[in-house]
Amino acid sequence: MTSISDCFQSLRDRQQCALIPFITAGDPDLETTAEALGVLDRSGADLIELGVPYSDPLADGPVIQAAATRSLKRGTRLEQVLEVAQQVSPNLQAPLILFTYYNQILRRGIETYLEQVARAGVGGLIVPDLPVEEAEDLLQPAAEKGIEVTLLVAPTSSQERMRAIAQKSQGFIYLVSVTGVTGARSQVEGHVQGLLGKIRSVTDQPVGIGFGISSGEQARQVADWGADAVIVGSAFVKRLANGSEGIQAIEELCQELKTAISYTEVKQRIST
Amino acid sequence: MVSAKDFQSSSPPTTEQPDALGRFGQFGGKYVPETLMPALSELETAFRQYRDDSGFQAELQELLREYVGRPTPLYLAERLTARYAKADGSGPQIYLKREDLNHTGAHKINNAIAQVLLARRMGKQRIIAETGAGQHGVATATACARFGVKCVIYMGVHDMDRQALNVFRMRLMGAEVIPVEAGNGTLKDATSESIRDWVTNVENTHYILGSVAGPHPYPMLVRDFHAVIGEETRTQAQQKWGGLPDIIMGCVGGGSNAMGIFHEFVDEPSVRLIGVEAGGEGIDSPKHAATLTGGEVGILHGAMSYLLQDEEGQIVEAHSISAGLDYPGVGPEHSYLKESQRAEYYNVTDEQALAAFERCSRLEGIIPALETAHAIAYLETLCPQLTGSPRIVINCSGRGDKDVQTAAKRLNPG
Repeated sequence: MTSISDCFQSLRDRQQCALIPFITAGDPDLETTAEALGVLDRSGADLIELGVPYSDPLADGPVIQAAATRSLKRGTRLEQVLEVAQQVSPNLQAPLILFTYYNQILRRGIETYLEQVARAGVGGLIVPDLPVEEAEDLLQPAAEKGIEVTLLVAPTSSQERMRAIAQKSQGFIYLVSVTGVTGARSQVEGHVQGLLGKIRSVTDQPVGIGFGISSGEQARQVADWGADAVIVGSAFVKRLANGSEGIQAIEELCQELKTAISYTEVKQRIST
Repeated sequence: MVSAKDFQSSSPPTTEQPDALGRFGQFGGKYVPETLMPALSELETAFRQYRDDSGFQAELQELLREYVGRPTPLYLAERLTARYAKADGSGPQIYLKREDLNHTGAHKINNAIAQVLLARRMGKQRIIAETGAGQHGVATATACARFGVKCVIYMGVHDMDRQALNVFRMRLMGAEVIPVEAGNGTLKDATSESIRDWVTNVENTHYILGSVAGPHPYPMLVRDFHAVIGEETRTQAQQKWGGLPDIIMGCVGGGSNAMGIFHEFVDEPSVRLIGVEAGGEGIDSPKHAATLTGGEVGILHGAMSYLLQDEEGQIVEAHSISAGLDYPGVGPEHSYLKESQRAEYYNVTDEQALAAFERCSRLEGIIPALETAHAIAYLETLCPQLTGSPRIVINCSGRGDKDVQTAAKRLNPG
């Protein structure tokens, strides 16, 4: 499996902005999750974030909260999510990243969790309630197991914090584009361009921008500002929950977004 | 700037002060989205600056005296005492620290008014808070009305139903009360929603957390604003009998009233500290809120502490007849006091709490909050174990008027 870092390196070599879709595991059910991962991979996703449903998702807005609640009501368990990952990941080009809250990791025990996640073919973790000050307990053992832990930067982060986060973040840096929780916004805030500049001045690491991006136009705007990746969550989650047409809807959205950010020197992706 | 070390030097190194990362032993910390990290630092800096600022303290002390009605009495509950007297005339002397006599009817106002003062000095124009029983929401709405600050309270729909009187009080004082439907519609869900609001509006908003829970610096800050309860108790005990209390008790949900009265005595090894949690329908049933007795270590609302969770790390809903104790987490310092064995934690059931609610009303003419009734209920277990005539101080954390409807459904006072 391609590591997240290698994936970004290859994208940079091709001067491409990456598309990272997010879906919530187990919503509407795990079979759909497995199918969706394959569809996203074939429809332009360069990396994929898979959200593990949690009872108290503090960083998430109403769409992803509701998806997590539905998934948990169906009885989704981490074992099952990892089974899906294990079954699907060998056929994916896109590296798989788990989006999970820290208590879910702690409860299992950091070492055990990392072993199980690595075995399932997961390449990275995003833990939205784990700021850099608290991250050391996870970063070290994760590095030993080849799991890349990506840390988040927010609009409220000082440049000093950005530097500290960039030094520790693995794979890429996740720039939260809004002061707020996940969920579609009508437009991407103009300050994102400035934030990106601030991060660039402290690090060469790739920067992925997420929270609030839902349309091709917004994705293109962000790519235009020079992001290495555009992360889109709630828009996929909302469509996928939409019954039998969900798969087709996310396929279309994924293609639309990919087209939107591939306007510079269009280079055909070699599809399998 | 005052460093964490300077701050700690005022107390003996018994580690009841959090370290620079906000930890009491392994408990506490800051497990929150990055967006909030600068705001937590800003809050800590402001707190450390103003807690020693004479202007701030003068304003706070005057408000506590003239507006809140402090100091609250340390009252000898004679008929409760008589109930537990032994045949030879010995028996525990039971005192109530009358926080129920504060303006708004509970201890919560100590913290709310102090945090509003702090928020004003930090230039925040909007206040948000979570509430369970509604006492913290009422206290926050009160302090905001007093200073003309915009106030938004998040409250679970289930709690709004069982604490309708407090919802009316908050709205009467101009607060916006936002119903939270997520989860079971109780305090946990209201707290999560408050944190989401704060993540979104952090630049102009201050979040007044109502317990000694949440990310650092809240457990320290809320405790210190309630420490006046224990400080007064020490002075009053000295005046009344020239010594310390032997036993101090408080009910524990998040744990603010207990921490407020414990703090002054943590370094007095002769003083037994007892926290009483909500056992709901029994801690062997799935319906309880006894986090320290029946929970395990994890992370909830930004802090590592004991909490009710399943084997997947999903937070389990708590249950208690008392909305204020109906919380699956607990303040990290309580977890530390439990683990270091400095404090003891027990629990009583809904039934036992209701019986104490009725008993205290009849014997003392004091209707305690259902939360407080948990601490009073534990006297039934504790007193027969004691010898001599130890002095017990119970933090009578709130009045029970808000609970009469809940109690009326279960009691038949004839």
